[in-house]
Amino acid sequence: MGDPILEVKNISKTLGGKLILNDVSLSLNKGDLKVLIGPSGGGKSTLLQCINFLHYPDAGDVLLEGFSAREMGRRNISAFRQEIGMIFQDFNLFDHLTAENNVAVALRKVKKQPKKAALERAKIELARVGLADKGGLYPAQLSGGQKQRVSIARALAMDPKVMLLDEPTSALDPELIGEVLKVIADLSESGMTMLMATHQIGFARHLTTEVIFMEAGRITEAGPPAELLNPDKRSRAADFCAKLSELMGSN
Amino acid sequence: MFETEFYRLLLAELNQGFWLSVKIIVPSATFGLVIGILVGAVRGANYPRFLVGPLNAYVSLFRGTALLVQLFVCYYGLPSIGNWLNPFCEAQGLPPLGNFFKPTAYQASVLIFSLCSGAYHSEYIRGAILSIKRGQFAAARALGFTKAQTFRTIIIPQAVRRAWHGCGNEVIYLIKYSSLAFLVSAKELTAVAMSVSNTYFRFTETFFIAGLYYLALVTVATWLFHRVEKAWAVPGFGRG
Amino acid sequence: MNSLSTLSLSSFFSTGPFTWDTVTFFLGGMGLTCLLIIGALSLGLVLGLAMASFQVYGPRWSGLLVSLYVWFFRGVPILVLMFLFYFGLASQLESLIQSWLRSGLPAPLKSLLRFCFGARGSVSPFACAVLVLGLCSAAYQSQIFRGAMKSIPSGQFMAAKALGMSSFQAVRVIILPQVLRISIPAWSNEYSILLKDSGIAFVIGTMETMARFKAVASSTYYYLSMYILAGLAYFVITWIGVRLLLALYDRVRVPGLAEVQSADIL
Repeated sequence: MGDPILEVKNISKTLGGKLILNDVSLSLNKGDLKVLIGPSGGGKSTLLQCINFLHYPDAGDVLLEGFSAREMGRRNISAFRQEIGMIFQDFNLFDHLTAENNVAVALRKVKKQPKKAALERAKIELARVGLADKGGLYPAQLSGGQKQRVSIARALAMDPKVMLLDEPTSALDPELIGEVLKVIADLSESGMTMLMATHQIGFARHLTTEVIFMEAGRITEAGPPAELLNPDKRSRAADFCAKLSELMGSN
Repeated sequence: MFETEFYRLLLAELNQGFWLSVKIIVPSATFGLVIGILVGAVRGANYPRFLVGPLNAYVSLFRGTALLVQLFVCYYGLPSIGNWLNPFCEAQGLPPLGNFFKPTAYQASVLIFSLCSGAYHSEYIRGAILSIKRGQFAAARALGFTKAQTFRTIIIPQAVRRAWHGCGNEVIYLIKYSSLAFLVSAKELTAVAMSVSNTYFRFTETFFIAGLYYLALVTVATWLFHRVEKAWAVPGFGRG
Repeated sequence: MNSLSTLSLSSFFSTGPFTWDTVTFFLGGMGLTCLLIIGALSLGLVLGLAMASFQVYGPRWSGLLVSLYVWFFRGVPILVLMFLFYFGLASQLESLIQSWLRSGLPAPLKSLLRFCFGARGSVSPFACAVLVLGLCSAAYQSQIFRGAMKSIPSGQFMAAKALGMSSFQAVRVIILPQVLRISIPAWSNEYSILLKDSGIAFVIGTMETMARFKAVASSTYYYLSMYILAGLAYFVITWIGVRLLLALYDRVRVPGLAEVQSADIL
């Protein structure tokens, strides 16, 4: 097991006058796939965006392999962010660049790699997510599932130590969800450490090491899926999942 | 630099020029809007057909060329036609028709400002009419409205709201470009500023304050347009 | 000499003023107009982009300053601004430039100043016209770019930062290329308007298109034909410029990026 690769310590954040995160802590060991579930507005997105300091937490710190983000300071925070990959619900691909260039742009501008090397790496990552032949297309020409896979390739190209996924399939049509979940499952199997906010309970149940339930800015329950999602145990998490399964049809 | 005597004189003079500016702006804006609505309605509804072509030409001409050039052609150029026409009329025993082609500074300004403004307004009105969904015409006819009633009760209220923002902008432009009347010898605000500053050699202060007059006019007009826009607003009714 | 002969067209459009000298005179004016426009649009572009960035991505106080600037330069007529700058502020500006030239500024900045304002730092009518038109254009351009920036989903800015780019990098690599592409139609409108406004520069002595046609008109009394030709000259420059911009828009177009009906322009 060893030391945790990512430690989130006592994060609090107020946005627009509301306390969104209230003293949240968690940790990830190498190779873990942990899932964040909970009702909307519970703070899952904000938490993920605080972990890579896209939002600066009002209190608390994040340690990546022992290095504190706060100590790095605002000027060096981009170095911190390079080690953490982030996948957004709305994909956020760069509309003016082809799929290849979307993957390569950070390699060229942030890691200062030469153009040729960056494009080669981009091609490899696109092949890894199953889009080897789509490199020359623009985001407008890709389906939702393809866009999300490109964004995964874009994050992977930076060789992150940890991946944060913010409801990666919530904006996808049902038939496209599978292809993205497969890529995520493959990644996990190959040993990537991941923290994912999602509504895909079935997926969570089978692949994760721990399920974390967040509500109103706090982590109220956490534990292995067998325990937490067991419908017999009277837990908030199980109730929530039961409602979700009803709504979306269990999978 | 801050002697009140100078400023009192300056403001007195500027106010006179300001008054003439207003006398130029208000008729021009009014005529411009009227022309714009009529021309825009005809172009938007594509009816009567035979007028649409010439009106399109009029709009292209006045939107495609510079206002300054239009002013000069009217004030300095037209009198040539007058001078050319008058001897001919005299020889034929007609009254001197050529004098119609010799506008005063005021007449030329108001005429050209109205025509130019009207062309721009008509674009906004036309666009607004075209943006109204065809289905509403059909629904109105199905309910028994005549064409004229449809236009008056259904189309115009929506078109005016849609075009309001653009037309408001155009009136603002008119206020600013009214300063060009100075270049055809109208004694409006800018002209007065020029003569005063030449007399007292206080260029910066004079023109700065003249600028503030225009700024005030523009700001008040903008505020008025926003107020009316809000008062007329209908929820969910985008700008097309 | 019967009255009919006075109706002959020759008294209207004779080739009287059209010697080779006059034609080159006019073409020189049109060339100067083009230089004037290029200078003003460039100044407006740089300032406008900077101001738009501050309004959309900068702190609140900078946005307020920009709003103030825009309010002033969109509210005061260009004619008044020309007079204000040339007759009023020019002397102050000259002393300022001369003090800059004498001070310890880096050499490239000094050569830039000398290029714009001559070795003695005097403000020529042309330089003043470029300055005024540029400052005005910047006000309008900043609003064009601001609209374009706001239309780009903010998630892209976030994704860029998540990948490790600094704010400055994110704006330069991700936001700006899209903003510039999206803005081309509205920008070509601004080009059109600026070109028409450039004629006003003649009042401070810039010998551009309008000034030259006016000069010939006054000395030969062919007012009507000269001014009609002036209008035509401006129209030609406008038309060519807009066609070029539309071609540019087609060339840099990216599928799916804010498709706009290019037929609406001009």
